[in-house]
Amino acid sequence: MATETKVKSPPDAEIMAICDRFGSDHHRMLDILLAVQEERRCITPSTMDTIAAVVGVTRIAVEGVASFYSFLSLAPKGRVTIRLCDDIVDRFSGLDAVVAAFEAELGIRMGETSADQAFSLEFTPCIGMCDQAPAAMINDVVATKLTAERATAIARALKQGMSPAEALVADHDVLSPYQRVRALVDNNIRQSGEVLLGQVPEDAGLRAAAAMAPSAIIDAVEASGLRGCGGAGFTTGRKWRFAAAAPSDRRFVICNADEGEPGTFKDRVILTERADLVFEGMTIAARAAGAREGILYLRGEYLYLREHLEAVLAARRARGVLGANFDIRIQMGAGAYICGEEGALISSCEGLPGEPKTRPPFPVTRGYLGFPTVVNNVETFAHVARILDRGAAWFHAMGTEKSHGTKLFSISGDCARPGVYELPYGLTLRELLSLAGAENAAAVQVGGPSGTMVGRDSFDRRLTFDDLATGGAVIVFSARRNILEIVDYYMSFFVHESCGYCTPCRVGNVFLKKAIEKFRKGQANDDDIAYLKDLSATIIETSRCGLGQTSPNPVLSSLQNFPLIYAALTKPTQDGVKATFDIQSAISGARDIAKRRSYIFDKDFSK
Amino acid sequence: MTEARKPRVATVSLAGCFGCHMAVLDIDERMIALMGRVEFDRSPLTDIKTFTQRCDIGIIEGGCCNEENVHTLIDFRKNCDVLIALGQCAIMGGLPAMRNAIMHSREPLRECLEEAYISGPYLRNATRLIPNDPVLPLILDKVYPCSDIVDIDVQIPGCAPSGDIIFSTLVALLDGKFKGFARETLRFD
Repeated sequence: MATETKVKSPPDAEIMAICDRFGSDHHRMLDILLAVQEERRCITPSTMDTIAAVVGVTRIAVEGVASFYSFLSLAPKGRVTIRLCDDIVDRFSGLDAVVAAFEAELGIRMGETSADQAFSLEFTPCIGMCDQAPAAMINDVVATKLTAERATAIARALKQGMSPAEALVADHDVLSPYQRVRALVDNNIRQSGEVLLGQVPEDAGLRAAAAMAPSAIIDAVEASGLRGCGGAGFTTGRKWRFAAAAPSDRRFVICNADEGEPGTFKDRVILTERADLVFEGMTIAARAAGAREGILYLRGEYLYLREHLEAVLAARRARGVLGANFDIRIQMGAGAYICGEEGALISSCEGLPGEPKTRPPFPVTRGYLGFPTVVNNVETFAHVARILDRGAAWFHAMGTEKSHGTKLFSISGDCARPGVYELPYGLTLRELLSLAGAENAAAVQVGGPSGTMVGRDSFDRRLTFDDLATGGAVIVFSARRNILEIVDYYMSFFVHESCGYCTPCRVGNVFLKKAIEKFRKGQANDDDIAYLKDLSATIIETSRCGLGQTSPNPVLSSLQNFPLIYAALTKPTQDGVKATFDIQSAISGARDIAKRRSYIFDKDFSK
Repeated sequence: MTEARKPRVATVSLAGCFGCHMAVLDIDERMIALMGRVEFDRSPLTDIKTFTQRCDIGIIEGGCCNEENVHTLIDFRKNCDVLIALGQCAIMGGLPAMRNAIMHSREPLRECLEEAYISGPYLRNATRLIPNDPVLPLILDKVYPCSDIVDIDVQIPGCAPSGDIIFSTLVALLDGKFKGFARETLRFD
């Protein structure tokens, strides 16, 4: 194949070996590029030429993937890349001091790579550590609860040549993968429920499922009332039924562990403590839907969990509960929020840029590589294993009429006890806040940026699919926080994470952010409120996937629940002249260039 | 016997190309009918430089790219009952607003002026200076549409709007019958 296509530079044996490791399969492009990135710390044009020639795709197809994911870089990165999480919770937890400490110790600014290629410093959106913020990824490990002192100490250790793992965990090489994960990151399990975080027997659900017909498994899951835990809440049993009914000789089960919604970290805890349960649930789903192949799509930020998860998979294979009829591979993501969207996740697994697919056809009929595919959240699969063990009625009895079972809430922000809480559906937000020690909350972002921001008047609403829905994120803000700063941050998050495929999302979110900035600067008038609503409606109506359909939510829900903040910041127009236009700031740049006053607007005090 | 007072119209071109004023002349012989109904006050068409009295209709061509544009626009708002933004530049900033696209710079304005007067590839500027005569108004940080600075009552879109739409809009306004534009008149070509 390589001889047929033109290779501009001499063939690179190392790159060819990497391609070979993944069968030179273009569907494994993301794995190939991640391996190259790890080896060379950047993906150069000549590398892309080589990869394109070896796997038999065009160079632009390789570059399309390489330039899409933020953990792949076209410019060289340092041997140690420190990615500081700049989520709003980290910003409110002293991120500035940590940034300053890293910058001072390493002698580079954020966004730069040191001249000797030793270090890179950059920001990255939420890495799923909001309960122990500020946090940072350092190559393949995670540093949490950072302070200026700790940042300086870590940077010094790294400069002395310690590996990131050595710098963070004492005698890490004698620890098991699980122990290493635990040494890096706290679970912060504050409340264990009956289903997932309490006592769980090994493979009991799988044994029960093995004795049942596939259709009976689907019946049981449907009877339990289980709905997808990723946020959308589609009935799990129905999804499986569609996939099982789609005619095909090959089907797939994919576990969505791309937990990218800022403020969500419950899957992190499930994957740490209940990984077996997740794989058990996937195996049950495979039996129900008739799949022989499974993929766990793990977000790039959770790379530190990979070794642990591989060890769990290996142990399952050794126990004989995995590998014979069904096996699972781990697909790493590379820092793209959009890949949490089902279609984009499948694109990413296929080695493409993480762009959503047009629906219908839905993944249950045409998913991964065009075959019927069941995609469920980590928590959903774990629930399935428990339902098969304890029975549908047991699960159905918990929660409310349309939201059955328990839910893992990840609580962060201004509260005394941030962490993971497993509770039955249907409790009020106020009850949850009091468990977390957040009685003084002034605003709560339920469901992350794409969810709803509510104020004190909504604290008696219930956490269910039909009232306050959440994929798990509950971010608490005290009265000290600036609501519009939060909204502005969330809009910048969506601007950054929009895949750019469709214009309303790519451009509209930029305009929304600019409009919010106008409010923050006190330059907005009443028309701007109408503009916010109008533009939001357009983005929601015309965007192709869930990102654009929910990205105006921070604006809309804060407008609805905190109208006084917007009202206080708008300036009315007087005598037809807009108070929001500030001539002085508009001419200040020209004044500096011309080095003189304005003869129209600046008074001459010499006369 | 006193003649009924004729409505007064004022016009001005701000950061525009004068094309919209040319389009006003495109109403051709209907100008005679219009002149029978209105009196032109301050306007490049009459060469009157300042308002002689309050006007009924003010027509603005172009957006605001410098401080004098802002001053003039506010003067129009104060002296006119109905303010019309005529053409794309007045409504959205138009072609001059292309300089607003210089965003990823610490000093976008300086970068713009340097490219225009110093570093641009086809320049012959022996002084190698950015013009800075005291009579030159200070340029704004970006080009603003008129509606960012004052309330605008009517927008006549187009680049330039046709003589027909200008004439029919003015007549409808004079008759007190203007109800906005029919959907089919608002289009991209």
